[in-house]
Amino acid sequence: MTQFFQQIINGLSLGSIYALIALGYTMVYGILKLINFAHGEVFMVGAYTGFYAAGALGVAGFEARNQGFPLYLALLVLIIAMAAAALLGMTIEFLAYRPVRSAPRLTPLITAIGVSLFLQNAGMLLFSPNPQRYPAILSEVRFEVFGVIVTNIKLTIFAVALCLMLGLHLFVQKTWTGRAMRALSFNIDAAKLMGIDTNRVIRSTFAIGSGLAAAGGILFGLDQITINPLMGVLTGLKAFVAAVLGGIGSIPGAVVGGLLIGLAEQLTAGYLSPEYRDAITFLILILILLLKPEGLLGIVRVEKV
Amino acid sequence: MRILRRTLISGLCATALASAISCKKAGQASGADNTKDAAEIVIGHYASMTGSTAHFGQDTDRGVRLAIEEANAGGGVLGKKLKLVTLDTRGDSAEAANAVNRLIDVERVSAVLGEVASSLSLAGGRVAQRRKIPMISPTSTNPKVTEVGDYIFRVCFIDPFQGKVMATFARNHLKLDKVAILKDVKNDYSIGLADAFQKAFTAAGGTIVVEQSYSQGDTDFSAQVTAIRGTPAQAVFVPGYYSEVGTIARTADRLGLKVPLLGGDGWDSPDLFKIGGEAINGSYFSDHFAPDVSTAKSQAFVANFTKKYGQAPTGLGALGYEAALVLIDAIKRAGKNDPSAIRDAIAATKDFDGVTGKITIDAQRNPQKSAVVLKVEGGKAKFETSIAP
Amino acid sequence: MRALIRIAITGAVLLAILALQLAVQAAFTEYVQRIVLLAGINVILAVGLNLINGTTGQFSIGHAGFMAVGAYGAAFVGVKLATPVHAALGPGVLADALIFNLALLAGALFAGVSGLIVGMPSLRLRGDYLAVVTLGFGEIIRILFNNATFLGSATGYFGDDPSGLPAYTNFFWVFAWAVAIIAVTHNLTFSQTGRSLTAIREDEIAAEAMATPTTRLKVTAFAISAATAGIAGGLFAHMQAGVRPEDFRFEKSIDMIVMIIVGGLGSISGAILGGIFVAVSLELMRDLQQYRLVLYALLLIVIMIVRPEGVLGTRELHHLFRRKKPAPPSPPSATPTEGA
Repeated sequence: MTQFFQQIINGLSLGSIYALIALGYTMVYGILKLINFAHGEVFMVGAYTGFYAAGALGVAGFEARNQGFPLYLALLVLIIAMAAAALLGMTIEFLAYRPVRSAPRLTPLITAIGVSLFLQNAGMLLFSPNPQRYPAILSEVRFEVFGVIVTNIKLTIFAVALCLMLGLHLFVQKTWTGRAMRALSFNIDAAKLMGIDTNRVIRSTFAIGSGLAAAGGILFGLDQITINPLMGVLTGLKAFVAAVLGGIGSIPGAVVGGLLIGLAEQLTAGYLSPEYRDAITFLILILILLLKPEGLLGIVRVEKV
Repeated sequence: MRILRRTLISGLCATALASAISCKKAGQASGADNTKDAAEIVIGHYASMTGSTAHFGQDTDRGVRLAIEEANAGGGVLGKKLKLVTLDTRGDSAEAANAVNRLIDVERVSAVLGEVASSLSLAGGRVAQRRKIPMISPTSTNPKVTEVGDYIFRVCFIDPFQGKVMATFARNHLKLDKVAILKDVKNDYSIGLADAFQKAFTAAGGTIVVEQSYSQGDTDFSAQVTAIRGTPAQAVFVPGYYSEVGTIARTADRLGLKVPLLGGDGWDSPDLFKIGGEAINGSYFSDHFAPDVSTAKSQAFVANFTKKYGQAPTGLGALGYEAALVLIDAIKRAGKNDPSAIRDAIAATKDFDGVTGKITIDAQRNPQKSAVVLKVEGGKAKFETSIAP
Repeated sequence: MRALIRIAITGAVLLAILALQLAVQAAFTEYVQRIVLLAGINVILAVGLNLINGTTGQFSIGHAGFMAVGAYGAAFVGVKLATPVHAALGPGVLADALIFNLALLAGALFAGVSGLIVGMPSLRLRGDYLAVVTLGFGEIIRILFNNATFLGSATGYFGDDPSGLPAYTNFFWVFAWAVAIIAVTHNLTFSQTGRSLTAIREDEIAAEAMATPTTRLKVTAFAISAATAGIAGGLFAHMQAGVRPEDFRFEKSIDMIVMIIVGGLGSISGAILGGIFVAVSLELMRDLQQYRLVLYALLLIVIMIVRPEGVLGTRELHHLFRRKKPAPPSPPSATPTEGA
């Protein structure tokens, strides 16, 4: 039984990270109807920015002295990583997606795949293909609760993910830009006619989504111990499936989807076989698209001819 | 008619392009006949320099390169300088075969080194065997690799031997009855070693309580570790590469799995300690040489490698260096820059004093050498015992 | 009479390929010969993929999975057939040719069937979703092969002989099959069925309204393109020592996409050019080893931004050779006659 709960806790923490990444996918798809394949790589760059920022702020010194990395520096690392990722996201949007925005659907899809491949391989060149140990931005503390082991890192993941998602929800509901985002996801042409600067709103969408992904990247590194330049490939794809599962275009959907995919993956790995942990995600994708294509929390869109 | 015309045009385009490529290179005769008169001795190395296993290929290449440079600094071989050409296989078996072909036809190599992965060595080895160019694999451990033909050699243990080493150690030295296996199913080295260990351990009277698996590149092992935690395993055999083993050790420590881990020479890397930290202390792995009980030669190698590349060598780097050394020695003994003479010289290697111990190449073209078992203590690997074939 | 002409043309083409093979083998090194073979296999892959992605407009990015099914299928059947056929016909070219072609057809059959299995549920989806689902299936197929112990799992399937799979693939077979597949695809594309496929690409709902059996046609086209990928896989398998799941990763599907994009989505001649281009450029870019994949990705992005229709768009090469029709006589002047 304890094994079951252990798998559940592990699944939920992994799922929270998927949820953070899925939010970026779902927001971009909601507006542009584009799968931003490069989002997984933004996640990777966020993790690496955190890695280098922590290094620059002297985390190695703290580790050697067995002291905890001060909280204010940890927050600084998070902010730097989120800002860098936001910048990267906006640059990708400007250079690669904006020129093909009006092209038939296939063109931006292929461009997105191209950007993703480019970032993966550039990452291999810049960051070295060796996996790197993630610095202890948060020192690890273990608790045992009824035989289930929980670390403070997992609790942090839940807390940070929850805060960011609440923050995003408030942003989308209460602020002007958030409302504009919702408007664009309904009908981009009408929004343009209403005088909304669509370019600015799209830029903000990319920036916010990328920032969230970067936060996910740092949390991932802390939890998974190592990072490598190809970490965004499979994780990004699973987060996309999570977004679809929850209902693409729906923010609460991305959260629900992320948690479900995380749980499914861990339970499959634990009880079936770890070899199928990736396959189960794709299977879920196929099933949901066949049975309920608008996702669990999504709205059915009627296609007008 | 249109189909015919178009097909012919396409065919002509294809042929034109093909001739364009071949014209780019100097006119060539068939095969490697011209190597005798070359001013340099060209050695080829095919490895995965890009792609998901890039760090293994790059590690090995660093070792090879160091050996070649040292040989050249010492005056070369047979009065000629050595030239190393490294080609990227991208971790793809079609590319491996292409690379070996290109090394032979375009670069005019006398011998090739490579590959790291057994399946890629099989792909490239078939080409080398057919073209009669000797090949030495630094790290491919699947027994089938040298069975391809008499031009294919290796300088590392084969899986059956190494698996038996750790099984013997676990049973006789550590007196273990129940062991779990956690293998990398995306990696033929790991699968082969796990199989060999399982056979040898059960033959010696032990039991394998559970077999779990992961894929190279995975970062999350909590599911597997949690599953093993629920069994009476006294140790876990993890015959994978250092990149995952360190994380597995930390995960095991984090989730309260306190038993020692056992492994093979894939663990050998400074990254193992960097990533594994304190969690990897108290574990054991088999390897080619012990850093603390090593010969002057291997210590010099470690020092030179670290000086040149700014990082300590991994086991792959050491084996790459070793393969190059064996080849250079064979060329010297062959007395001429002729592939078939070099092949014979490699086959005759006896008691060659390398950095990974004394090597004698046996009739199956595998090295006869002892393995050492190392214990990880205080962030370093220390000699525990040695096991002869 | 037409049948005789057809047979004569086929015979002539096969002889031409045979002659070309002798020329290529004499003129070029083994290294170049291998690249030529790979280019030929790429052509088959590209032409097959173009049928579903280009002509029918259903974007699949998991075709490496079908190539894998074909490769494994052909390798397995080839190894199992070797003993009985050699027992019956003795060793030699005829027996080998028979085994090889039967193996290829078996591989194509397996691939076609998996195409049906994948296509039937997936083709209900559109655009991006279809792409991701096919990607998922491609990965699932690869994971299945990775776990199939009787096929060697991660190490790969090398047959029963220590030197690996028999090397049946040579210039003649690759290009004979390539010509056959090009001919069939061309006839299909420029037929009534092909026009229906194009209609589906242009506007599926309108085509449906015009009583085109869209689902049946889409699935059939998908299965056919999967089968051609299977042939390519079988040819590929028999020029390698063995087949492994790692050879059919997502990167392979991307390679196939680049082939049809560069040449022009929807153009058969474009697919042919694209296939050759990918095989050749990867080798030519070898000197830029470290940067090869980065440049490759950049190329994809730049093409999409600058010239998304690729080299030929949806036109065919032979359209350029079409003689211009004389302008129709201008209609009698509609203007009232001027005053004299």
